Amino acid sequence: MPGGLPLFPERASTMAYRVDELFFFLLGVSLLISLLVFVLIVAFSVKYRRRAPNEIGAPIEGSIKLETFWIVVPLILTMVMFGWSASLYMSMQNPPPQAMEIFVVGKQWMWKLQHPEGQMEINELHVPLERDIKLTMTSEDVIHDFFVPAFRVKTDVLPGRYTTLWFHPTKTGRYHLFCAQYCGTNHAAMVGWVTVMEPAEFEVWLAGGPIPGSLAEAGAKLFQQLACNNCHLSSGKGRGPSLVALYGSKVRLVGGQTVVADDNYLRESILDPRAKIVAGYGPDMPVFQGLVNEEQVLQLIAYIKSLAPPQAVPGQPGAAAETKRPAGQTRRLQ
Amino acid sequence: MSTSPTAHTLRHENYLNVSYGVKSWLLTTDHKRIALLYLVSITLCFFLGGVFAVLIRLNLLTPQGNLVSAETYNKLFTMHGVVMIFFFLIPSIPTVLGNFLVPMMIGARDLAFPRLNLATWYIFNLGALFTLYAIVTGGVDTGWTFYTPYSSLYSNTHVVTTIVGIFIAGFSSILTGLNFIATIHTMRAPGLTWFRLPLFIWAHYATSLIMVLGTPVVAITLALVALERVFHLGIFNPALGGDPLLFQHLFWFYSHPAVYIMVLPAMGVTTELITTFARKKLFGYHFVAAASLGIAVIGFLVWGHHMYVAGQSPYAAMIFSILSYLVAIPSGIKVFNWTATLYKGSVSWATPMLYGLGFIGLFVMGGLTGLFLAAMGMDVHVHDTYFVVAHFHYIMVGGAVMGYLGGIHYWWPKISGRLYPEALARFSAIVLFVGFNLTFFPQFILGYLGMPRRYHAYPPEFQVLNVLSTAGASILAVGYVLPMCYLVWSMRYGPIAGPNPWPATGLEWQTPSPPPPHNFDVTPVVSWEPYDFANRPDLKYPAPVPELGHLQPEAQD
Repeated sequence: MPGGLPLFPERASTMAYRVDELFFFLLGVSLLISLLVFVLIVAFSVKYRRRAPNEIGAPIEGSIKLETFWIVVPLILTMVMFGWSASLYMSMQNPPPQAMEIFVVGKQWMWKLQHPEGQMEINELHVPLERDIKLTMTSEDVIHDFFVPAFRVKTDVLPGRYTTLWFHPTKTGRYHLFCAQYCGTNHAAMVGWVTVMEPAEFEVWLAGGPIPGSLAEAGAKLFQQLACNNCHLSSGKGRGPSLVALYGSKVRLVGGQTVVADDNYLRESILDPRAKIVAGYGPDMPVFQGLVNEEQVLQLIAYIKSLAPPQAVPGQPGAAAETKRPAGQTRRLQ
Repeated sequence: MSTSPTAHTLRHENYLNVSYGVKSWLLTTDHKRIALLYLVSITLCFFLGGVFAVLIRLNLLTPQGNLVSAETYNKLFTMHGVVMIFFFLIPSIPTVLGNFLVPMMIGARDLAFPRLNLATWYIFNLGALFTLYAIVTGGVDTGWTFYTPYSSLYSNTHVVTTIVGIFIAGFSSILTGLNFIATIHTMRAPGLTWFRLPLFIWAHYATSLIMVLGTPVVAITLALVALERVFHLGIFNPALGGDPLLFQHLFWFYSHPAVYIMVLPAMGVTTELITTFARKKLFGYHFVAAASLGIAVIGFLVWGHHMYVAGQSPYAAMIFSILSYLVAIPSGIKVFNWTATLYKGSVSWATPMLYGLGFIGLFVMGGLTGLFLAAMGMDVHVHDTYFVVAHFHYIMVGGAVMGYLGGIHYWWPKISGRLYPEALARFSAIVLFVGFNLTFFPQFILGYLGMPRRYHAYPPEFQVLNVLSTAGASILAVGYVLPMCYLVWSMRYGPIAGPNPWPATGLEWQTPSPPPPHNFDVTPVVSWEPYDFANRPDLKYPAPVPELGHLQPEAQD
């Protein structure tokens, strides 16, 4: 058969090593416990096998000491597992602040990936070696799941919200990209490749091919076309709030709540503006649900992000942890 | 076995010969007959689900999936899951063995509500017929998990009919659980205190609690999916203002405890097998009993471990992870106590014991791989891969089905009054164990390599392991068909079993086999602890007949 018999998956990201370490710990503990149980079962079954039909077993009721032992020891072992896996999970949940951002839209049955520089790919993702890469993902229809086994990362891609995933490739090569959440007829065909390239090669790749303009530039154009600029004046004196320096900041809402203006907030405020109304403004903005597609929403968000100062980085969707990052470069478009 | 007393006939009046004719079965309120009605229904469902499994495995022989189209494949794994889970695994032990044995083990004449018991069988079949109708008119392709918004908007298959079938069958489950709880509370024989109950009863009590409390939630959830699908109410679909994660929370609130509905009764069976065939009291009776309830209670609070990568809050994920680890502790208690029971026992290797020991082995592997899945950072990699598929098959097939078959073999002499060919039965138990491991162990490796579940076609490097798995499945199929054949054969030709062929301590063995219509001629009075072989000198094999070894049946009852 062409495939041979692989027994262990390739490791091509920092996370792969960390996941495998935990895996081997779990495997070791499991082997120890299962061997102990299997050996005892076989040994007892043989040693104490019935020799006469009416032979009975020894009258043993139990032992509080033993019960305590096999409650406490597994409890300690499982709490170690919990602590270890939880810290790993939290690192998976929180992308490093300066990660290169790529946008992903899943739809039945393909992956559309967009680089901030404007390069767009379908079922292929090119990334540079040794960089933190953060994917911001959404779906146009049902739930999908972005899974790269060689990176040991996986996150569901949902309609109606953004989820994120990050990885740091450590080895050049081509790796499987799978949709792991069943999404309909051609679920098994919703696969692709992630290509990890030397940074120099990646620059060449990025420069090659037609680039119609960066994501933020497309967003800026859309911002005019949809007449958003009529109300969202940069002075803050329009009918809508100013969007300058909005991304990553805390926004006070009607009713006194505050929210962090992250990707999910921006998305919701474009598609369903009445869900959260900024204090001091009325519910005047029209609903854009159905008027803009997911890629256009991503373009608009990229534009709004480009208006924010570089140090503002919002917390992850779901975990409103704010992190500071050193001053990086920013692209202003106006 | 040439000299075995097969010529004997069963002359005493029992639940099988007390009346004849189709009507006497379809209108019976005897819990033992209802158990057999269920046995027929769920066996049909099992083989239907098995046919789907065979087609799935055959399709996966080649990376391109040449046997069936992607559309058909999706329907196959969906219907395999729906039929096996809702129409075989969940009802299996409770409705067949539980129905037959709960009243007998507590010294009662029947369940608390005999007519309700019969009604559950009709409700179950009505649900099964709806689902069968969905299958023959084109099938359903959402996966047994019915994730929204795929199920509520995008799928073009018979989602609503299938949901209606499951919804209806759920009532059968709720009412059965209710009946067991009422029976165990109110109908125990004089002297049969809670801590003199066999663990089989404790397991069924815990299971019934889950059935009564959990099933309504899945019923409501599936009804909401149907409402969204038919009337476009925005509940789960974000395009209509709904939340797809809400569905997952509601669905797993039932469907995780449902795993314990499947495995708790199997644990109960295993406890009976281990004690009877080690002829020894259960080590740590109170701990095992409490573990059943512990699993049932904590099992309700762990559903979010199905959603680590689904987009729920990471802090919620942590709570679910810690609780998932806590639920592993009572499972461990059970395994260690079973093992300790064997120590200084008088261990027989009769067929039911092989199933019992097989259950422990496979359950240990299923349980320990559950620790990988409860580990959040680990689960991210193996979630929705074949690792999960292997894990839950070790629990649900390796565990629940081994327990079910072990129980069927153990109580078959009581149910049918006859023994089956022991050597053949042991052989088929071993075939089943080997076939099972060959089918599902390679799937752990496939999963860690990253092969996603529910894939009609796959990259070529996964082929060798898939071929191994399919080869195992064909051995496994033999292990399922053989018992079916010799058990049917034994109903007519098997040697007469006698009331207590093993012999065991339970009340169900203190009455003829098959039992009389009202179970006991005299209500038993219990003055002993369960599995107390040392103080039950009355329980002896009759004079040994060499050809039958320890399986010597009594000459006549």
